[in-house]
Amino acid sequence: MLARVEAASIPAGPLPRTRRLGDRIGDGLLYGLTALAAILGVLVVFAIIWRVADGAWPAIKFFKLGFVYHNVWNVNLNGGSFGARDLIIGTVVTSFGAMLLSGPISIAIGLFLSELAPPAVRAPVGTLIDMLAAVPSVVIGLWGIYVLAPFNADHIAPAIHAVLGWIPIFGGDPHTESTVFTAIIVLTIMTIPITSSICRELFIGVPSELEEGSIGLGATRWEMVKTVVVPSVRGGVVAAIILGLGRALGEAIAVTQVIGNFIPMGRSLFAPGDTMASRLANQYQGASTDRQIAALIYLGLVLLVITFITNYAAQRVVKRFEFQRTGGA
Amino acid sequence: MEPGAISLRATGRGRRRLLVNRVAESSAVLAAVLAIAVLAVVIWSVGSRGVGAINLDFFIKGPSSDFFGGTGGIAPALAGSLLLVAVATLIALPMGVLTAIFVSEFAPVRAGRQIRLWLDVLNGFPSIVIGIFVFTLAVKTKVPLLGIGHHQSATAGGFALAVIMLPLVARSTMEVLRLVPNELRDASYALGVSKWQTVIRVVLPTSFGGILTGTTLAVARAAGETAPLLFTCAIAGQVVDWNPTHSVQSIPLTIYLDSESADPALHQQAWAAALVLILFVLVTSLTARLLLERSRKKLGLQR
Repeated sequence: MLARVEAASIPAGPLPRTRRLGDRIGDGLLYGLTALAAILGVLVVFAIIWRVADGAWPAIKFFKLGFVYHNVWNVNLNGGSFGARDLIIGTVVTSFGAMLLSGPISIAIGLFLSELAPPAVRAPVGTLIDMLAAVPSVVIGLWGIYVLAPFNADHIAPAIHAVLGWIPIFGGDPHTESTVFTAIIVLTIMTIPITSSICRELFIGVPSELEEGSIGLGATRWEMVKTVVVPSVRGGVVAAIILGLGRALGEAIAVTQVIGNFIPMGRSLFAPGDTMASRLANQYQGASTDRQIAALIYLGLVLLVITFITNYAAQRVVKRFEFQRTGGA
Repeated sequence: MEPGAISLRATGRGRRRLLVNRVAESSAVLAAVLAIAVLAVVIWSVGSRGVGAINLDFFIKGPSSDFFGGTGGIAPALAGSLLLVAVATLIALPMGVLTAIFVSEFAPVRAGRQIRLWLDVLNGFPSIVIGIFVFTLAVKTKVPLLGIGHHQSATAGGFALAVIMLPLVARSTMEVLRLVPNELRDASYALGVSKWQTVIRVVLPTSFGGILTGTTLAVARAAGETAPLLFTCAIAGQVVDWNPTHSVQSIPLTIYLDSESADPALHQQAWAAALVLILFVLVTSLTARLLLERSRKKLGLQR
């Protein structure tokens, strides 16, 4: 039986403060400490932008915007003259090339892992593909130089050249070893795990009622994917591909190992070339004059701006889908 | 066939639809097989070419410069990588865990979402640009007190790696903290325990395993990074050096420099070093993943 509490026995006014002083200090301290860490973490993003812009400033003043459309990379005693046109073109060509190859493959892998594979296969296959992302880029690059590049030069490039050689981008000498083409393949390998794992998450998030409804109406699995699964997360798939693109834009080491570090860029994919990130990686020791250092940092700034825009846009879209799925948790 | 029986065999249009479906399904399987085949080929190439150069000397000797002595070992690079990753972890682990605690325990939803967004943006920055950032911060200019600046150092390189690790540690810790059942927190509050005690005595111990594995994954990633070290910790001596204010060798940079060199003996060394690196990275990330899966299941069951 419950004891009846006499109204009079409850003290009037607010309850006495029972929180110990230590707890009040501890709560405040933990709040302050964690908030500080979080703010510092976010500030790093802006510190990076600020420091890189600051370091590039002498070169920005000297070369102005001409830096992005002139094509020269010359070090001399006067300080040298630098322009990044072909490096920017090289970055765009290799990254978009990789995106064209890795996009469809990644979507297919995402579909395999979310719709097709039997449950017992899903986890191990997913883990293996994630392991591909864990292989350090310098190891992929090493493999790129001594295994992939010769294989491309001996087999793949000549085969493509034989059929499509009349198109200028597949022209030239297909037996060259250090090529833009090899760089595209390397970047494709490196972006597939990123894009495919996001695609898998997106496809899993599609409500199964929709999928079952489609199957129930007599669609084949492919028709269900084509008409229900992919359209309902189309924006997310695009964002996933762009996140892969962001990775490809910024990859320095593996690209510098296989691309041949040569400008001006030829017209053919079977010729050496260079990218912004690759040039940065390649010239780290050679930077001799202050102007060259500033020009390299300017190059880093251009790269940063491009990757920042692509990543920010893609993250916003991916976040929207995450938000839909988790209800904002 | 009896008259009037309906054939279930697809014909005409239905047949074509099934065929298209079959082709689509096969290409999805093919794509997955292709990705795994690439992984297998990479590991096989590294393993078969690297294993020949691996012996005890490879791990305990420095690079040898004498003409007939071969290429020696990678002891300085091993020690250097260890030092770099230790410095990076010392910075990134507390920062990342504290950030995650703030987001999951204190921050309003909107602020938490913003912090997560910016951490993801940071994660997307090219690692070479992070190297340049640290170069302008701690190599080109002098840093007071720390004894670094105006030259490359393990501290600068470790800091660059920490910037790479921070979003990884913070994000994975957030995920684990979110899995801690709210009933546990409520039970603790109901006993009159304060918030900070709850975080330290209940939330963190419950998610300890997850934080550990998340950090291990970040360490595996940092150990293989080359680009951030190019401008911050690349030009180094040939001996084992534990001084964090000196520039030190590292495994990824050794692989990079050896791979660009013209000497075939150094290529052999590059493959062997790559084998060591890839084994370390794959074994640690695979174990971490399995443990993470287990602790996730455990937390899921409690719910």
